[in-house]
Amino acid sequence: MTEINGGPVLEAVGLRKEFGDLIAVDDVSLRVQPARSVAIVGESGSGKTTIARMIVGLERPTGGTISACGHDRSRPARSLRDRRRRGHEVQIVFQDPYTSLDPRQTGEAAIDEVLRLHHGWPDQRRRERTAELIDLVGLDERQSRSLPRMLSGGQRQRVAIARALAAEPRILILDESVAALDVSIQAQVLNLLADIRDETGVSYVLISHDLAVVRQLTDEVVVLHRGRVVERGPTSQVLDDPQDDYTRRLRASVPRPGWKPVHAVPARPQQEAGSQ
Amino acid sequence: MNEPAAVSATAAAAPAGVAAPLLEIDGLNVRLIVRGALRPVLREVSLTIRPGEALGLVGESGSGKSMTARAIDRLLPRGAEVEGSIRYDGHDVAALSGTGLRRYRNQVAMIFQDPRAHVNPVRRIGDFMTEALRTNLGVPAAEANRRALEMLGQVGIGGGARRLRQHPHELSGGMLQRVTIAAALLTEPRLLLADEPTTALDVTTQAEVMAILDDLRREFGLAMLFITHDLELAAAICDRTAVMYAGQIVEVRSSALLHDDPLHPYTAALAAARPDISRTTARLLAITGRPLSAFEAPSAECAFAPRCGHARDACRAALPELVELDGGLSRCVRVREIRGRLGTPDD
Repeated sequence: MTEINGGPVLEAVGLRKEFGDLIAVDDVSLRVQPARSVAIVGESGSGKTTIARMIVGLERPTGGTISACGHDRSRPARSLRDRRRRGHEVQIVFQDPYTSLDPRQTGEAAIDEVLRLHHGWPDQRRRERTAELIDLVGLDERQSRSLPRMLSGGQRQRVAIARALAAEPRILILDESVAALDVSIQAQVLNLLADIRDETGVSYVLISHDLAVVRQLTDEVVVLHRGRVVERGPTSQVLDDPQDDYTRRLRASVPRPGWKPVHAVPARPQQEAGSQ
Repeated sequence: MNEPAAVSATAAAAPAGVAAPLLEIDGLNVRLIVRGALRPVLREVSLTIRPGEALGLVGESGSGKSMTARAIDRLLPRGAEVEGSIRYDGHDVAALSGTGLRRYRNQVAMIFQDPRAHVNPVRRIGDFMTEALRTNLGVPAAEANRRALEMLGQVGIGGGARRLRQHPHELSGGMLQRVTIAAALLTEPRLLLADEPTTALDVTTQAEVMAILDDLRREFGLAMLFITHDLELAAAICDRTAVMYAGQIVEVRSSALLHDDPLHPYTAALAAARPDISRTTARLLAITGRPLSAFEAPSAECAFAPRCGHARDACRAALPELVELDGGLSRCVRVREIRGRLGTPDD
């Protein structure tokens, strides 16, 4: 893998994505340094998942460039080798651990498959690495040999994380990866992700609508609204002292002790008829 | 009606000297057939809701909060075994049938997490909204439409006449949830069962829907059971909050006190596990293990003991009773000892 001294491990410049007449992503740029974590925050329709899909290569940008570890990935891979290299650079963990795993494959087999594909190691080495990865994400041997349907949501998400890490990516995209988990399990997985980052130096791009999760896991944040970046900066600064109106509204909508829901103030100065 | 002892204990968790309960659940045990075997899903659930009162019901998946709502609305799956009593306005809900049951369901309306799953996609909004009025209450169509229009205005949806002609897919999730709230209110219920009504919505939309729900509830003097996994959200609009774990109520407390002075270790652990938007912690205080459902949890000891940092031999000796303390209830034998020290990893 290419090491770039002091440079970003992931860089997107002027990203744009159109779906027919709809501009889903409009001039979005992003830089992620090694072992750092950047959050992309926004609500449904903000374009955050489209950006994640473009970075992974599931969606081709209409405009702009993406490079990871110094290699361009704005265009589809041209060879199997190219595709494998990209797999070493970026992996993704999706929101729903119920649909992102093959129901007929045990966790162990899912990880082994990635190891075989990406590293071509012999049996013994793959077995050792699988055991390490299973251990890293806090699963036991019995769980690693279970089919997804025998596992809880949190356990499945651990399998998905271990499988993504098996390719030894430099960047892991977490697309709402803890959103579907129960609070007590979510805390375990967030702690686990922090440990993994410390141990492996992987960078995270966290796609999330949950500002508390963003605060806990990331250093920088990019706030998206209708496909455009409305605010960006260090996570603590943006959340403590949001400058943009939309960021402020997002921040004010989060339930917390003493919070009371209030009717949204209309974006325009005139009162909207029909609102009370 | 004579109140059994257990119920007066529950009632003690609310301010004294208020109206008789609108809904009174006493010693509710529910068993369901899961994979061929009859398994408990609710254990000894006792709750009261007074007219106009909002009660939060908080818990993780499998805790039994949705089952409680289903039991109240008599929507339990076929083959369910129910013990204990649910009384609405003094009447035994289990004894209702036919017209009585329909009338009860008009009085006790329900809204759900995913409005799209509960609205027929091929029927117009107007049809959906006025169905109960027309078929159950015999309201003429024109009058039913007029009331639907007015109610859409109440939930902040303008241009109602056009909305009534639209189909569900033409509305956003937040808009559709407001429509289901409006529809639920049309039969003039006295109790609203709201099962995670904002969980599928964006956070700004959630705030808007919560504000509308809160306003209307007060305006109509509506009682509400608000089910959520989010402690803070429940606390924001509910007078009291009940916390469920493994099919049991483990704490009932005034919402204002629940966060700063919890009485049950699970409540405290739940609040402490949640990341905080205003600060980064080196390590979240995760609860070990995973949430258990009623049939997985130990039945002759504290259900939370296997995951609790405060658990001692006494916790494993017997299933704790709900203990009253300082206007709240806690199903913890160590409640007096450990109060004020909760939310730390252990003691």
